[in-house]
Amino acid sequence: MALHGGALRLNLLVSSRNLYKFNSLIGVRSLSEKVSSKPESSSSSETTSDHLIYTQEHFALKETLRKIIDQEINPYVDQWETEGKFPAHKIFKILGSAGFLGVNKPVEYGGLGLDFSYSVAVSEELGNIRCGGVPMAIGVQTDMTTPALARFGSAELKEEFLLPSIMGDKVACLGVSEVGAGSDVSSIVTKAVRKGDEYVINGGKMWTTNGIQADWMCLLANTSEGAPHRNKSLICLPMNLPGVHIARKIEKLGMWSSDTAQVFFDDVRVPCKNLIGQEGMGFTYQMLQFQEERLWAVANIITMMDNVIQETIQYTRERKIFKQPVLYHQAVHFRLAELQTELELLRSLLYRATALYIKGNDVTKLASMAKLKAGRLARELSDSCLQFWGGMGFTSDVLVSRFYRDSRLLSIGGGADEVMLGIIAKYMDTLPRK
Amino acid sequence: MSGRVLVGVKRVIDYAVKIRVKPDNSSVVTDGVKHSMNPFCEIAVEEAVKLKEKKLIKEVVAVSCGPQQAQETIRTALAMGADRGIHVQVAGKDYESMGPLQVSKIMAALAKKEDAQLVILGKQAIDDDCNQTGQMTAALLDWPQGTFASEVALEGDKIKVVREIDGGLETIRINTPAVITADLRLNTPRYATLPNIMKAKKKKIANMKPEDLGVDLTSRLEVLRVDEPPQREAGVKVETVEDLVGKLKDAGRV
Repeated sequence: MALHGGALRLNLLVSSRNLYKFNSLIGVRSLSEKVSSKPESSSSSETTSDHLIYTQEHFALKETLRKIIDQEINPYVDQWETEGKFPAHKIFKILGSAGFLGVNKPVEYGGLGLDFSYSVAVSEELGNIRCGGVPMAIGVQTDMTTPALARFGSAELKEEFLLPSIMGDKVACLGVSEVGAGSDVSSIVTKAVRKGDEYVINGGKMWTTNGIQADWMCLLANTSEGAPHRNKSLICLPMNLPGVHIARKIEKLGMWSSDTAQVFFDDVRVPCKNLIGQEGMGFTYQMLQFQEERLWAVANIITMMDNVIQETIQYTRERKIFKQPVLYHQAVHFRLAELQTELELLRSLLYRATALYIKGNDVTKLASMAKLKAGRLARELSDSCLQFWGGMGFTSDVLVSRFYRDSRLLSIGGGADEVMLGIIAKYMDTLPRK
Repeated sequence: MSGRVLVGVKRVIDYAVKIRVKPDNSSVVTDGVKHSMNPFCEIAVEEAVKLKEKKLIKEVVAVSCGPQQAQETIRTALAMGADRGIHVQVAGKDYESMGPLQVSKIMAALAKKEDAQLVILGKQAIDDDCNQTGQMTAALLDWPQGTFASEVALEGDKIKVVREIDGGLETIRINTPAVITADLRLNTPRYATLPNIMKAKKKKIANMKPEDLGVDLTSRLEVLRVDEPPQREAGVKVETVEDLVGKLKDAGRV
């Protein structure tokens, strides 16, 4: 009948438009499992008035970001993972235009001047991206390369580098880690030697997320002799300068959609005005943002872990073994209950640290604890859940195997577990006394 | 003409959520379930904001009827560019029994009160699929209606509406004031950008009750029972067309 024909036509047009994932516009909303739905996790409950740190604006922010993720990012993730890179300029422009790349950055440069709880909300929502690489790349742009510039850079420098990064017109990367120096940042060897009006830079950087596509790098280099914590500076380095060699794209166990580069500097000349803040303060500037970096990473992976648990529940509910759903076996639902419990504990720690931080407190200890726990829980959780997926978990077709690979990085990057433990011990005053 | 457009926005269960029926079969589970603005209402808001950006109208007023949470939906409309909101408070049993007739009475009363030039609604809500509110509102106001609009063009004191109908497209020209209902292809709703979300905080939402508008919410309908659709049975394979016809006859389908 005519109505049905109309429904079919609309369905076809809808899917070709790739607008909304409606199953049917005319009548019955499908109850089938085909709709990629899951019961909402507790972090996004309806009762906005009850939430510890989020207001209605935070939830509105998350809703819009979720739409962007559903429409502009998730449909392409599988392809980007296979290709080993995602279109950073395109995605950052979309996010920048919607205001998501400068949430806690100054209003004068296109930011929103909001407090860190909004950054946490953004990070949480980005965890709905079905890979780790893209959120990581976004986090590098918003919370690793630009905080020091926003706080200490000159107006001219901010105009040239901060503003376009917030608008999504320029892609940034962070040049801190080197082949010989990761956790031990103070032992980096890249030098920036003052010659007249310029710095001449020699050395190299490693593990540079966004390195292949970046327009500029926030570079940490030695600018003088002396104490290793006081002789380094941050410099805004355009990546197209002569002497900057992007040596190779690094092939990794996970985070495939994020391009990670090894970069060499061969007598690269950059104007001295590209120095961020004061010479010798580079190390300190980077350290100031560690709390934010770490809490950001935690917020992100909590959502991913929530999603993995939910998908595992869905899968094991349908998959039968010995005549009943895998989920009905006590070992399975008990283990999932344990994991969910730990996840909620981590979430509480995140919100507690965030609440204290936006009030102006130093939360280094709590942030380090949260990062430590997040990295370890992600490994346990992905391992247990993958086991419950059985053979399917071992295939490339499912989220859990990608999460297993991607999440392994958290215990290593952004401050390795061992570094976190050292920080916590320092706060507990249990380190060997000199 | 006042240059004011009223846009109705409804808070519904999010399209991606798996609907579950309550154990007592009285209704569906809504507690703790993700809700958002009805997608067709988003399209309606977008159209109104577009008209304002083209300077064809002066003010966009977003209206929602429901409990406290309806304010979130109004805020989304404000973040998309509506100027102010009106929250008509309906809660409890009244809200459960509220349907197109009650909402259209409210919309009609507000259209008169606000001296609206245009009322834009989504063509239907994705929870009840009624596709009635726009039509009823127009009837109560005795205004012309342009439903299932895939294109709207203001031409002086008239409006040209291209309508999506079963056979194709129908173009009509109607007088203002009028009621328009938005269909899928009318536009692509904008993202509520973060700066606009923050700006929306400062926009005003007026609160009122149906009694303030002289509207009686009594429903003439009673929901007897809500059931899930029957589980899909396995199919049956047949060898020949004759077998197929035979089976259809046996099942009383032919």
